[in-house]
Amino acid sequence: MSEIKLQNIVKKYGDGFPAVNDVSIDIRDGEFIILVGPSGCGKSTLLRMVVGLEDITSGELLINGQRVNDKAPRDRNLAMVFQNYALYPHLSVFENIAFPLRLTKGKFSDAEIDERVNRAADLLELREHLQRKPANLSGGQRQRVAMGRALVRDADAFLFDEPLSNLDAKLRGQMRTEIARIQRRLGTTTIYVTHDQTEAMTLGDRVAVLKKGVLQQCASPRELYEQPVNLFVAGFIGSPPMNFLPARVDGDRLSLPFGSIPMTPDLARLVEGKELVIAGFRPEHFEDASVLEPHRRDAGVVIEVDVDVTEWLGNELYAYVPYEPDAAVAKQLEELDRDLDGEGMRTQIVVALDAKSRIRDGDRAQLWFDPARLHLFDPETGTTITRDEDEARRIDTENEEERKQALERARLSDERAKEKAAAV
Amino acid sequence: MSRKERNLWILGGIGIVVYALFPVAWIVSLSLKAPADIANQQFLPTKLSWTNYELILTGSASDLFLPALRNSFGICLIATAISCVLAMFAAYAIARLDFPGKKVILSTALGVAIFPVISIVTPLFNLWRQIGLYDTWPGLIIPYLSLTLPISIWTLSAFFREIPWEMEQAAQVDGATSWQAFRKVIVPLAAPGVFTTAIIAFFIAWNDFVYGISLTSTEASRPVPAALGLFSGASQFEAPNGPIAAAAVIVTIPVVVLVLLFQRRIVAGLTNGAVKG
Repeated sequence: MSEIKLQNIVKKYGDGFPAVNDVSIDIRDGEFIILVGPSGCGKSTLLRMVVGLEDITSGELLINGQRVNDKAPRDRNLAMVFQNYALYPHLSVFENIAFPLRLTKGKFSDAEIDERVNRAADLLELREHLQRKPANLSGGQRQRVAMGRALVRDADAFLFDEPLSNLDAKLRGQMRTEIARIQRRLGTTTIYVTHDQTEAMTLGDRVAVLKKGVLQQCASPRELYEQPVNLFVAGFIGSPPMNFLPARVDGDRLSLPFGSIPMTPDLARLVEGKELVIAGFRPEHFEDASVLEPHRRDAGVVIEVDVDVTEWLGNELYAYVPYEPDAAVAKQLEELDRDLDGEGMRTQIVVALDAKSRIRDGDRAQLWFDPARLHLFDPETGTTITRDEDEARRIDTENEEERKQALERARLSDERAKEKAAAV
Repeated sequence: MSRKERNLWILGGIGIVVYALFPVAWIVSLSLKAPADIANQQFLPTKLSWTNYELILTGSASDLFLPALRNSFGICLIATAISCVLAMFAAYAIARLDFPGKKVILSTALGVAIFPVISIVTPLFNLWRQIGLYDTWPGLIIPYLSLTLPISIWTLSAFFREIPWEMEQAAQVDGATSWQAFRKVIVPLAAPGVFTTAIIAFFIAWNDFVYGISLTSTEASRPVPAALGLFSGASQFEAPNGPIAAAAVIVTIPVVVLVLLFQRRIVAGLTNGAVKG
C-alpha cells in the first residue's frame, strides 16, 4: 500500500551536532524494516522524523512518491506506537482505540466506528476490556491497546518506537510473535525501532544498523550475521557478540594470540600486502575438540587455550578465555567496545560450546573451529575484508522471495478463513 | 511504627487540629451569643441566640451585608474564571513551547505576586477615580487578576509539565490538530490542576481586604471583607462583635463547601495509566 523513501536524511540540533547523518533507505511496500543500534545512535530520531514529530534538517522523505517533509503528522497518515504507549487515561479502551476515527469528523458513522474498533479488539484479544480505563490494565494489555489505536485506521504504515521495552521477558516474546503475525496478515509497511537484537533479527525483513547517526548496513538479518560490512555491524549483531582478535599475517598463516593457524588460499590472497588484521570469530563457531567427531575435527583447526570462567546454561556452555591484546590494534578494539556500549572490561573471547562439554573453570582446553567461517577486518577502516558480495546478493534475493511468499501465504490463509466464516 | 509512636502521632495531630480550629470555634460561639451575653467571660454562650444572624440577614445590617455578599461572589467568580482561562493558555505555552522571554514571563509573574499590594493601592485609587473604574465590579476584578494570575500560571504550568509530551504527540499522529490535541487530551488531563488553581485563585480574591476597602465606596461593588469592617453596633458604645462573627461564619461556608465539593477532583494521579509508570 505504501513505499517510504528516505533520501539523505539529516537531522542537526541547535548545536550543529548531526543526530542523524545522511541516511538513505528505500522501504518497499509491505516490508517490515527494523532500525537498530546502541543508545544514542539516532534511530528514534529517524523514526520521529518519518512520522513528523521532528523536523528534517535536510534530505527528502517520500511516502508513495510524495514529498512529505513539511507536512504535519496528521497529514502523513502514519500510525505510531510509542514506547510508553501514550494512552489517553481519561478515555476507556474503546474510546482510546476509536480516538483517531472520531477525529475524522463525519467520515465514519457511529456504527462504522463500532465495527472497526471491535474488529481491532478481536485481532488483539481486547474484547472483554473495552470498557475499562487504561489505568486498570496490565502492561501487556496497555501495549495491545496502543497497537489497537494504530491498527484501527487504514494508515499507510505502522511505526513502532521500542514498543516492547517496557514489558517483562516472557510477555515480550509473546508480543513479538504477535506483532509479526499481525504485520504479515495486514501486509502493512512497518518501521520498528529497537535496541534489542533478538527483536531485530526475528521481526525484520530487513534491518538497518545505525551508529552515531550514520547508516552502517541495511540488509536481511542473515546477511548482517553472515556478511557484515564492517567491525561495528559484526560486533553488534549476534549474542554473545563476535570475538575480535588481533591477527598478524605471516605468509599463508595467521598468527593469533593463541597460536598460528593456516589460511585458505582465498583468504591469503585477500590479506596480501597487509601486516596486521582483525580476526572475528562467532562464539558459536567454536566447538570443544574433545566431544567432536573425528571427521569434523580434521576439517578445522584446533587451538589450545586456558579457560578462565565457564557458564553452563543448559542448552550450551559459555567459556571465557582471556588473552593478551596486541598494542597495535588495542585502540581500535577499545573504540569499538565503546561504540557498542561495552564496559571495556578485560580482553577475553567468549566461546559457546556444546552443553555436553566437560570443560570447567581453569581447565586447559582444546577448541576447534573452521577457518573458512573466519571474518577478517581492516584495522584502519574497520571494513570487512572477507565480505562476499555475490553471497550477500544471493541472500538478499532469497530473503526478498521469502518475504513475498510469506505475505502471499498470509493473504491466502486470510481468504480461506473468510471463506470458512462465510460457509458457516 | 510502634504503638507508642502511633499514639504520639495521634496526640500531636489532635493538638494541631485543635490549635487550627480554635479561632473558628470561637467565632461560631461568638456569633451565637446575644449582644448582652458577649462579655459573659466564658467560651460558650449562656443561651443560644440567633439575633446576630437575624441582624445581618434581615435586620438593620442586611443593607450592608447582603449586597456585599452578592458583590463578593460575582467579582470573585468572574476574576477566577478569567484568571483560570488566561493562566491555562499561558501555562501551556510555558510548559510546552520554547520561546524567547519565557523566563521573563515567569519571573515577572513571581515579581507581581510578591509585590506588596498596599504600595499600589493609592496610585490605583487615583487612576480608577479618573477613568471611572472606582467603585465598579471591573474596578475590583482587574486588580484581583493581578493577584490570582501569577499563582495560577505557576501552579498550572507545573501541572502541564507533569503531562507527558507523548500524549500530545500521539494525538497529533492520530490526526488531531494542535487545538484538538489541547482540548481533547490535555485539558481533560489537566482538569485536577485547573480545579486546584481555581480554588486557590477564588480564595485569594475572596479574602482580599485592601483592594476591597480602598477601591469601593458603596454597595455597588463593596465586597464582604470590606463590609465587615463597616459594621456598627446598636449604639456607639457597643462593639459590633456579634454581627461580625455571624458574617464571618457565613462567608466561611462557601469556602468549606468549595473544598468539600472539589476535593475529589483535586486528586493528583489522574494521569495514572497513561504511560507505563
